[in-house]
Amino acid sequence: MEHPNLTYIKQLAGGDKTFEDKFITILKDEFPLEKEEYYNALHSERFKDTAMIVHKLKHKLNILGLEKGYGTAVQYEEELLAGKSSLSGAFEEILQTIDAYLKTI
Amino acid sequence: MTCIIIDDEAAARAIVGQLCTKTPDLDVIEEFSNAIEAIKFLNQQNIDLVFLDIHMPGFSGIDFVQTLKNPPKVVLTTSDTNFAIEAYEYEAIVDYLLKPITPERFAKSIQKVKNSLASQPALKPDSGTSGIGDELYINIDRRLIKLKFDDILYIEAKGDYIDVKTTKEDYRVHNTLKKIKEKLPAELFLQIHRSYIINFTKIIDIEDNSVLIEKNVIPISRSNRPELMRRLNLL
Repeated sequence: MEHPNLTYIKQLAGGDKTFEDKFITILKDEFPLEKEEYYNALHSERFKDTAMIVHKLKHKLNILGLEKGYGTAVQYEEELLAGKSSLSGAFEEILQTIDAYLKTI
Repeated sequence: MTCIIIDDEAAARAIVGQLCTKTPDLDVIEEFSNAIEAIKFLNQQNIDLVFLDIHMPGFSGIDFVQTLKNPPKVVLTTSDTNFAIEAYEYEAIVDYLLKPITPERFAKSIQKVKNSLASQPALKPDSGTSGIGDELYINIDRRLIKLKFDDILYIEAKGDYIDVKTTKEDYRVHNTLKKIKEKLPAELFLQIHRSYIINFTKIIDIEDNSVLIEKNVIPISRSNRPELMRRLNLL
């Protein structure tokens, strides 16, 4: 399992610690809300809405350097748009990894 | 160059904002989490560039571009390339940035926007005000109201708004004193304070630090006083 990292954020910040801190705060605030939104949509089988949230979440996977996770999210989004959710387990693992990581930074 | 950022994801807005901060001559005027609010804003203010997320719930980036009559330059930001072909059908769309956006790619995009702006005649998109002949149109709630220059008493800056006081009514417009000044004839109007432009012909009397227009006392700043005195037909 790949691990999240802050390489992209640090590249973007270019040593600007204020931005780095602000951005991490945004991630910590926004990710749990999106995760909750994701589970609500998935559990009520609103697949199109779920795909929309996966689309938004996959940007965060990219930001955190989760390349394989991003690939899974792309497939999952397409699957959801087709009315299926067989990759939900794999996607949940990714979400848990991010969740755990955000608690350490 | 002025820009706004539209994206329903706060992290995405922060990234574009940071990239803008590192770009000389590019000012972020406002950020929006939905396109509807941005449309309201653009109906009242001129902007050179919009960073626009395509994938937004309810009202997509493409819907946004289709809605605006004279859209500013648009750079799309998105996590997938599915919309690329459709996007380039719109003249306003200059570039397409794939998330996560790198500083190098962002810089190229800004250059494209600059080239695009330089290669077109100056556009005058809808703004809060438009001057024609001896009158001025102000945009209030998407209604254009005609004001004759001669009816305007003075204009006062109020934060992001200006209050236009006329002989008949008062109007609040989302615009700046600087913008409306450009539309007013210099022979009739004069800025006498950083927050006030007056109709020169409506002055009743002048004291040391103020002018009286109807029953309103308007301050004169020290720096603007010499110009006011120069324009007076002093006996």
